[in-house]
Amino acid sequence: MKNTPLIQLSGVEKRFDIEQSWLNEVRINKGKISRKKEQVHALNGVNLTIQKGESLCVVGETGCGKSTLARVILGLNSLSAGQIHYQDQRIDNLNERQRMLFRRSMQMIFQNPYASLNPRMTIYQTLSEPVSFHNPQLSQDDVDYKVAKLMESVDLSPDLSDYYPHEFSGGQRQRISIARALSVDPDFIVADEPLAALDVSVQAQVLNLMMDKQEERGLTYLFITHDLTVVEHFSNRVAVMYLGKVCELADTKTLFKSPKHPYTQALLSAIPRLDNNSIQPIRLVGEVPTPFNKPQGCVFQARCAHANDRCKIEEPKMVLQGDTSSVACHAVEEGRI
Amino acid sequence: MKYSVKEMSLPISKQRFKHIWNGFLSDKLAVLSLVIFIFYCVVALAAPLIAPFDPYDPQFMDLENSEIPPYWISGDDRFLLGTDAQGRDLLSTILYGTRLSLSIGLLAVIIQAGLGIFIGLTAGYAGGKLDNFFMRCADIQLSFSTMMIAIVFLAIFQTLFGSDYYQQLAMLMLILVIGLAEWPLFARTIRASVLAEKQKEYVDAARIMGIGPMRIMFKHILPNTMSPLLVIFTIQIANAIVAEAALSFLGLGMPVSEPSLGSLISIGFSYVFSGAWWICIIPSATLILLILVMNLLGDWLRDHLNPKIYKD
Amino acid sequence: MALLDVSNLNVCFGLKSGLVKALYDVSFRLERGERIALVGESGAGKSILGFSIVNLISKPGFIESGSIKLDGKELTSLSNRQLRHVRGKRIAMIFQDPMMTLNPVISVGIQMVEAIRSHTPMSKKDAKKIALDRLAQVQIPSPELRFEQYPHELSGGMRQRVIIAVAMILNPDIIIADEPTTALDVTIQAEILELLKHMCEVCNVALILITHDLGVVSRIAERTMVMYAGRIVEEGPTLEIINDPQHPYTQGLLSALPQMALPGQRLNQIEGSMPSLMNHPKGCAFHPRCKYATEKCSNAQPNYIYSGISTVACYMVEDMLEEFSEYRDL
Repeated sequence: MKNTPLIQLSGVEKRFDIEQSWLNEVRINKGKISRKKEQVHALNGVNLTIQKGESLCVVGETGCGKSTLARVILGLNSLSAGQIHYQDQRIDNLNERQRMLFRRSMQMIFQNPYASLNPRMTIYQTLSEPVSFHNPQLSQDDVDYKVAKLMESVDLSPDLSDYYPHEFSGGQRQRISIARALSVDPDFIVADEPLAALDVSVQAQVLNLMMDKQEERGLTYLFITHDLTVVEHFSNRVAVMYLGKVCELADTKTLFKSPKHPYTQALLSAIPRLDNNSIQPIRLVGEVPTPFNKPQGCVFQARCAHANDRCKIEEPKMVLQGDTSSVACHAVEEGRI
Repeated sequence: MKYSVKEMSLPISKQRFKHIWNGFLSDKLAVLSLVIFIFYCVVALAAPLIAPFDPYDPQFMDLENSEIPPYWISGDDRFLLGTDAQGRDLLSTILYGTRLSLSIGLLAVIIQAGLGIFIGLTAGYAGGKLDNFFMRCADIQLSFSTMMIAIVFLAIFQTLFGSDYYQQLAMLMLILVIGLAEWPLFARTIRASVLAEKQKEYVDAARIMGIGPMRIMFKHILPNTMSPLLVIFTIQIANAIVAEAALSFLGLGMPVSEPSLGSLISIGFSYVFSGAWWICIIPSATLILLILVMNLLGDWLRDHLNPKIYKD
Repeated sequence: MALLDVSNLNVCFGLKSGLVKALYDVSFRLERGERIALVGESGAGKSILGFSIVNLISKPGFIESGSIKLDGKELTSLSNRQLRHVRGKRIAMIFQDPMMTLNPVISVGIQMVEAIRSHTPMSKKDAKKIALDRLAQVQIPSPELRFEQYPHELSGGMRQRVIIAVAMILNPDIIIADEPTTALDVTIQAEILELLKHMCEVCNVALILITHDLGVVSRIAERTMVMYAGRIVEEGPTLEIINDPQHPYTQGLLSALPQMALPGQRLNQIEGSMPSLMNHPKGCAFHPRCKYATEKCSNAQPNYIYSGISTVACYMVEDMLEEFSEYRDL
C-alpha cells in the first residue's frame, strides 16, 4: 500500500457549549457581570492521518469523542480549533456550497439502521435522491438503472425498492444504508459503529459486505467502534482514543501484539475472548472522568496505575516508538512500563 | 442465494395505514363521527342545491312568514324547521350557515397551519437565536387569548372603516383574525417534532449528501411530523368554528344578511324567551353536534397516530 | 433434586391476529450455585424465558403449558402474592438498564433499606447495616457516601454494581441477569462480569445469564443453552459448545464472530435472519437458513439427542450419530 495521505487532521479541537438559557450564564463576580459558558471538551487536539486505501479504526469508550471525530470530518459540526485537509485541500473552513465538491467523496454509514433511513421514504426514493441530486444530467431511466445496480451491489433484490424501511430487518437496513453511501461513488467512508445495533450473524454479513466494497472500489474507511474483536479483524491501523485525545496509534498487528499505553493494555485485556480467558482483565482504578472541563496533565492519569507527578502536570505528546506505533504516555517514554 | 428476497417478512406495504384503518373500523363511535362529519361536509358543499330557498335573496324575506314554528308543530310543510324573525326559511339559513362556518374554519386553520408549519420548521431546524425569537413571539401571542385579540382587532376595524364596509369584508376579516391568532399552536407542535427528528441520523445522512436545508426541512423532516399535525388540524377547525360563532354571537362576526351558525344563534337568542325558541335552539344543536364529532375525530386520531402506541 | 426445573414450557402471546407462540417446549434444569447462559440473537425468546421463570411476562403473553419448579414447588400455579415473595427473595433479576430497577427520585440507600424491610421485618438501622455491607461486598468504594446518593449521580458501571448489591440483598437462590453488561464499556463490562461471577461463587447463588455475546458467556458460564426462534437448539458445557458446536446454528453463530476468522478474511455468514414469531417455519425453525437442511427438516421438529458433547435438536447430528453407531457395530 502506498502511503498517500487522504485526510489529515491537525490539532483538531471541538468544544460544545452546554445549552442553557443566557440568563443562567450570567454570573455576578465582585460587582462585575460576566457571561460564563460551561463547555464540554469533546476533542482535545487530535492529530491523525488517514492513508488512502486503508481502514483506520478508532476505538474508545462512550464519550471519548470518537463520534464527534466522525462528525467534524464530514462537516456536520464545525471545529473549535485545528485544520482538516482532504488530499491537499483544507476543508474545515468551507461553506456549504464549497463543500459540495467534497460531498461526493466522503460519505457516512450510521450506527442505528432504524433511524438512519427516512421512515417516510421508500428505498427507491432514499437511493435515487442522492443519485439524481449529484447527477442532474441523468435521465429517469439512468437513475432507475443506477438504483437497481446499487441494490444488487448490496445483495438486495431491486424488486424491493418500493418498500418502506420498516419492512426490512436491521441487517437489510444497514445494507441499504451502505448502498446510499455508495450511491455517490465516494472515496472515503466513515462508519460510525455500523455493527453495534445488529445481531452477531448479521454483523458478519455487513462486515463482509464492507470488506467486499473496499476491495471493489478501493475505498478508504474510518471505522469507529468499541468492539475490539472487529478492530482486529477489519482494520489496518488503530487509533485508541481516550477523553478527546488519541493516546495510541499503531498498526493493528503491532497494537494487539504489544499494546503500550496503559489504557490500551486495559482495553485489550478486557475483550471477552472465546479461546483464552486466562488473561485477567486489568482493573482500572478511579472514576471515569467526564469531559466537562479540560483536564490538566495526561487525560488518563486519574485511572492509571503508572501515573506519577509528571503525569498530573504535563501533557504527554505522541512519541514514535521503535515498532512504528506512536504512544502518548510519559511512563512509556521514560521506560517505566 | 444471491438476493435475500425470502428474508422479507410479509409483503405489507402501507401496513401502518391498514392497521390504523382496521382500528378505525372497529371503533363504532369513530365511524359514526366520521359519517356525521362527512354528512356535514356534503350538506355544506351542496347547500345551494338542496336548500329549498336562497336566504341571501331578499325576495324570500317575507315578514308574513316570520316566526313560523317547525313543521312538526305548525304543520306548515313549506318550512320544515320553521322560519326566523325576518321570515327566512330556517333550514336554508342553517344549510348556508354551516357552509359559511365550515369554510371560515377550514380557511382560518389553513392560514394557521401554513404560518405555524413554516415558522415551526424554521425555528426547530435552524435553532439558536432564530428559534428563541420565534418562540418568544409565540409565547407573547399565546399570552393574549384569541378572543381578546379578535375582539379588539375587529372592533377597531369596525370603528375605523364603518360597519357597512366591515360587513362586506366580514368573512375575510374573520378568517384572517382567527387564522393569525393561533399559529403558535402549530408552530410549537411542529417545532417539538422537528427537534426530535433533527437528532435522527437520516437528517445527518441527507446533510452529508449535500442536500440543502430547505429540501431537508420540507421533504425529509416535514412528512415525519404529519401525525401530530393532522390531529391539531382537526381540533383547530372545531376551535375556529367555535371562535367564529362566538365572535358572531358578540356582533363582530358575519352580518345578519349572511348569517353563519354563530350569527344565527345570536339572532335567535333574543327570541328564545318570546316563544320562538327554534330560531336559536336548532342552529345551536347543529353547531354543537358539528364541534362534538370533530373533537371526537381529533381525539381518535391523537390516540391512534401516536407513535408511542404504534411502533413499527 | 434440581434447584430450578423447567419442563416443556410453552409461552404464547394473544394478539388480535391470533395466538403467537414465543417459547416452544423449553426444558432445562439448574443446580444450586450453577451458572448457565442463555445465548441467542434478538427475537430468539431468551428474555421471554427469563421473564417467564418469575411469571413476569406482561399482559398479552401467558404461560400456555409446562411447569416451573423451584425446589420442587410449582411456580406457575402460584398467586400473584405468593409470586411476589418468590421474586425478590428467592429469584432476583438484573436488567440491562439499571434505571429500570432503580427509582430515580429516591436515594440508593433508602431503596435498599426498603427492599430489605419489605421481605424481612427489621429496624431501619439493622437494614442499613446490611445494605452498607452489601455495597462494600460489590466493591463500591466509600459505601457510606454512595448510600446517600441518587441513581443519576452514579456512573453506569457503579449503577450496575448497586443493582447487583440490591439483587444480592435478600440472599436469593437464583439471579436472572438479562444482558447486564450490554450497555457498558468493555473495561467496565469485564469488571462487572468478574464481580457477578465472584458474588455467585461466594454466596452459592445460581445464575442465569441472558446474553447475545458468546465472549461474555465463555467468561462466566459453566453451561450454555443456545436459543433459536423460541426453542433451545443446543445445550451443554460452555467450553465444549464453543470448541465443538454441534447444531448448525451454533456453528454459524460462532464462525460469524470476527475473532474466529483470520484478520482480513471474509467471515462465515449465516444467510437471512431469524424468522419473526408471526411466521414460524414448520419443522426445524432453522431449516430455511441451514446449509445441511433436508426435506425431513422442513417437516417435523427434531427431538433432543445427546451427541456426546451436548444435547442437540438436529436431524443432521442424529443421522451422523446413527451412521457412527452402525459403523461401530460392523
